[in-house]
Amino acid sequence: MHVPDGFLDAPTSVTTGVVAVAAVGVSLVKARNELDDKTAPMAGLVAAFIFAVQMINFPVASGTSGHLMGGALAAVLVGPWTGILCLSVVLLVQCLLFADGGITALGTNITLMGLATVVVGWLVFKGLQLVMPKRLSLTALQAGIGAFVSVPVAALLFVALYAMGGTADIPLDTLTTAMVGVHVLIGVGEGVITFLAVGAILAVRPDLVYGARPILERRQLEIRTSSTTGASA
Amino acid sequence: MKTVSTRWVVAGVAVVALVLAGVISFYASADPDGLTKVSQDKGFAHTETDHGAKDSPFAGYATKDVDNERLSGGLAGVIGVVVVLVLGTGLVYVVRRRKPAEPAANDERDREPVS
Repeated sequence: MHVPDGFLDAPTSVTTGVVAVAAVGVSLVKARNELDDKTAPMAGLVAAFIFAVQMINFPVASGTSGHLMGGALAAVLVGPWTGILCLSVVLLVQCLLFADGGITALGTNITLMGLATVVVGWLVFKGLQLVMPKRLSLTALQAGIGAFVSVPVAALLFVALYAMGGTADIPLDTLTTAMVGVHVLIGVGEGVITFLAVGAILAVRPDLVYGARPILERRQLEIRTSSTTGASA
Repeated sequence: MKTVSTRWVVAGVAVVALVLAGVISFYASADPDGLTKVSQDKGFAHTETDHGAKDSPFAGYATKDVDNERLSGGLAGVIGVVVVLVLGTGLVYVVRRRKPAEPAANDERDREPVS
């Protein structure tokens, strides 16, 4: 969904540029609380992994492909603020080195894929974690659902930006239908990849999954209680 | 619970990323992505303007002057993974360094002249 130069007019691009700069600025401060000895070595790696997976376009419908955005994945693995930083690095490198995503559209792309997918993916993930049974095995599923939802929401946000400052006169209802339709399908791929990637890390080192910490802490508390009573007996 | 060291997890993810970008990316779908396809179908693809970085040696995930398609794309992918890894890790390092003075570092400085 990398937006190229020219799709959106200058005022809209400036607006999303300001949003992106603000988001990255706040994230630089807030990420400090997420980055500890466990998430820090993972963060750069998660960015590199997302870059790699974004190169793998998968077919979704006749003559159409899609690829991972990775916002939910990054948020669940290293935390949402660090996730925004990860995606911003990926989008910056793609834009400047690979001419993927316009330079004037960098703010738009960070807003759509760096900010929106992270925020939506994380909120859905946390919401599900709150209401579902507190089991570690559900973490990957919750991450996958968050990822699935994040993609059509980002597509809707693009339509909103296009309504604000699209450079061509396209009927919004058909644009909405087309964008959401294809991005629901891409979202399925996003969900599956996120489920598999989070599941793989959970299987070997659940403590390295930032989003699984509340569940792990609960579990450790329970274990500690039983072991101390065992020791004192 | 089985424990795999962080080092091994990091190495494993790095290898997967390099293989995906360097090798598997060749087999990725070449069809336009969701937004590009919609812009073609709905008739606003022509509003796209020239990319400012179109002369980058890796523009379009191909390495300039490397004719072999597999090698050209694979090289661009591997370089991309390394660049993102270095920038991302560097950024994390800077963000953590700016953390208000860590107690351990303070202790060392404070105790210096004693005895």
